[in-house]
Amino acid sequence: MSETLLEIKNLHAKAGDKEIIKGLDLKINKGEVHVIMGPNGAGKSTLSNVILANPEYTQTEGDIILDGENINGLKTDERARKGIFMSFQSPKEIPGVSVTNFLKYAKIATTGKPVKIFEFKKELEKNMEELKMKPEYANRNLNVGFSGGEKKKNEILQMLTLNPKLAILDETDSGLDVDAIKTVSKGIKMYSNENNGVLIITHGTKILQGLHVDYVHVLVDGKIIKTSTGDLANEIEAKGYEEYKK
Amino acid sequence: MSESKKKTQIKDFSTNIYDIKNKDEYSYKSKKGITKEIVEEISEQKNDPAWMRDFRLKALETYNKLELPTWGPNLDELNMDEIATYVRPKTDMKSSWDDVPEDIKNTFDALGIPEAEKESLAGVGAQYDSEVVYHSIKEDLVKQGVIYTDMETAVRDYPDIVKEHFMKCVPVSDHKFVALHGAVWSGGSFVYVPKGVQVDIPLQSYFRLNSPESGQFEHTLIIVDEGASLHFIEGCSAPKYNKVNLHVGCVELFVKKNAHLRYSTIENWSKNMMNLNTKRAIVEEGGKIEWVTGSFGSKVSMLYPMAVLNGANSKMEYTGISFAGHGQNLDTGLKVVHNAPNTSSVINSKSISKDGGIATFRSLERVMPSAKNSKLSVSCESLMLDNKSKSDTIPVSDIRTEEVEFSHEAKIGKISDEEIFYLMSRGISEEEAKAMIVRGFAYPISKELPLEYAVEMNNLINLELEGSIG
Ligand SMILES: Nc1ncnc2c1ncn2[C@@H]1O[C@H](COP(=O)(O)OP(=O)(O)OP(=O)(O)O)[C@@H](O)[C@H]1O
Ligand SMILES: [Mg+2]
Repeated sequence: MSETLLEIKNLHAKAGDKEIIKGLDLKINKGEVHVIMGPNGAGKSTLSNVILANPEYTQTEGDIILDGENINGLKTDERARKGIFMSFQSPKEIPGVSVTNFLKYAKIATTGKPVKIFEFKKELEKNMEELKMKPEYANRNLNVGFSGGEKKKNEILQMLTLNPKLAILDETDSGLDVDAIKTVSKGIKMYSNENNGVLIITHGTKILQGLHVDYVHVLVDGKIIKTSTGDLANEIEAKGYEEYKK
Repeated sequence: MSESKKKTQIKDFSTNIYDIKNKDEYSYKSKKGITKEIVEEISEQKNDPAWMRDFRLKALETYNKLELPTWGPNLDELNMDEIATYVRPKTDMKSSWDDVPEDIKNTFDALGIPEAEKESLAGVGAQYDSEVVYHSIKEDLVKQGVIYTDMETAVRDYPDIVKEHFMKCVPVSDHKFVALHGAVWSGGSFVYVPKGVQVDIPLQSYFRLNSPESGQFEHTLIIVDEGASLHFIEGCSAPKYNKVNLHVGCVELFVKKNAHLRYSTIENWSKNMMNLNTKRAIVEEGGKIEWVTGSFGSKVSMLYPMAVLNGANSKMEYTGISFAGHGQNLDTGLKVVHNAPNTSSVINSKSISKDGGIATFRSLERVMPSAKNSKLSVSCESLMLDNKSKSDTIPVSDIRTEEVEFSHEAKIGKISDEEIFYLMSRGISEEEAKAMIVRGFAYPISKELPLEYAVEMNNLINLELEGSIG
């Protein structure tokens, strides 16, 4: 009997006056890998942002429950400390803050405990090596001047470092070369275990190769309109979304 | 509701700098205002030689003729009739901290000055109100002929060199406040580094204005002779009073052939201070002046260091940051005049404004026809932390030769909600996310500051941002 990690019930959310999420349900159990696919502009990024309480969006209805706790009222940083992580579709550049220092800060913030510098650096080095990132990137300013692919790898590095309960990956594979996608998949595999959950938002199937996908959801116009097993991803890749749009 | 938060914030910070408010004790405090009698009285008090007394009186005449600047921040709150221009502390200059009166010494202790002297400085000067109360320099530098003393001693002991340079770099006629300075100047430091001598660790002068409704008018004169080098640091602060205080210092720097001077300033005046300071450097062939400036305090600042590149291959570099919070109008900038071939200047400025603060950066680059093959690069960046605050950059360039390389970059931006969200999504609080972005923005400048000031600056940023949310 698996335990529920995230449960979203009848979620409605808007940006300004525009409703984008229009009654969405989703349940992710511990140990599961979920995939959301859907046409451009369907609301996938909005959903991830609402799960993390981006103040840009207003949740107007519904509940978000993490590990049995309703987190509706919590702010972004509080939700992150409860264990939610998102790999951004467009990661932000933060000049003057090094990757290492940032991660150290974030680690302290999410765990509430001091980090042991030596072990922290060792682990960081190891993870960077696994992700085929050059060691000098540890000292570079966070995302500043990183190529699109490098930024995405850096998101995965953050995920591995912070080791959240739930990782939402918003198009982490977009714009990556074939090898980089494999590296990202490898990162996901390193992270994923029976106690956490992964939600992958993607337009392709390459990132899923070598991963065990439990469910694929189709998100159209702010709602999940179909849920099936891993094969659905291949089917969508072959046929597109035509049949889901009326 | 955020009002109560803000109060604790000021209290926290002031424990270091703004809170230590000693009794207004002095052995002499001039009458408020600026008249011939007052200037004569100051000259008397200071035992000026005749030439200096005449100089002061001439400067006063110029002061009376000149008008207030017609541009920049509003100076209406400054009423010269309410300012005592000379306050002699109740001690004379000491060469041992032990001899400095307890309350004054405690102030400098709290500012970390004696500690810094032991650890990382080649010499220290400390001015309290109008007079220097402590001065020291390492023995081996004295042996090499380096002079570091208060300005009064220099006038007395090195009259020729002082006469040759005093207010020659910044002439009294320059503007009204320079003329005022010429009339009532007191204290400050004199440095002479002889030919070829490298002063490896910095000299530092610290200025503290304790007396309410008064002014500080210190004069700094530095001559770095041929092939010599020096790093000079000045720091300044004051306790906060309700009424306006005035700072009108003057800094004159002479950088001779192939000499190198780095001049670092950390200005942390309290927020009732009018800071109308003038600084200028004349650089000869192959010489280099570096300005490193952090402006955080004062109510109003007008401060535009100027470098005159008179010799071929001479260089200027400016690295500066200003942070204007609630009620502050920091009008800063830089002027550079390229007067000779192959000269170069690099300007790198950042300004931050929050809570309705105003930070303006003005730059003027003038390249004379003789300055062929010169290079200039100007980069100004400002960051506004909210909609109430203002930041502006006003660059003016006057380039009178074709053969010049000039690059200019200006960026004005607001702190972005998306960046804050990104950091918060990693568990970092909103306050800390903002502080992190601001510290990161300031980092290219703060890394140039002397270490303890860089730390101070980060603390300041953290404290300024604390309780500023919601
Ligand atoms: N802050 C906003 N203000 C106004 N409209 C918004 C805002 N954010 C998103 N939208 C709109 O909401 C819709 C959903 O956007 P969203 O970014 O969630 O789509 P997506 O499914 O992630 O698409 P893609 O596959 O292209 O990444 C789009 O029409 C978008 O223009
Ligand atoms: Mg998207």
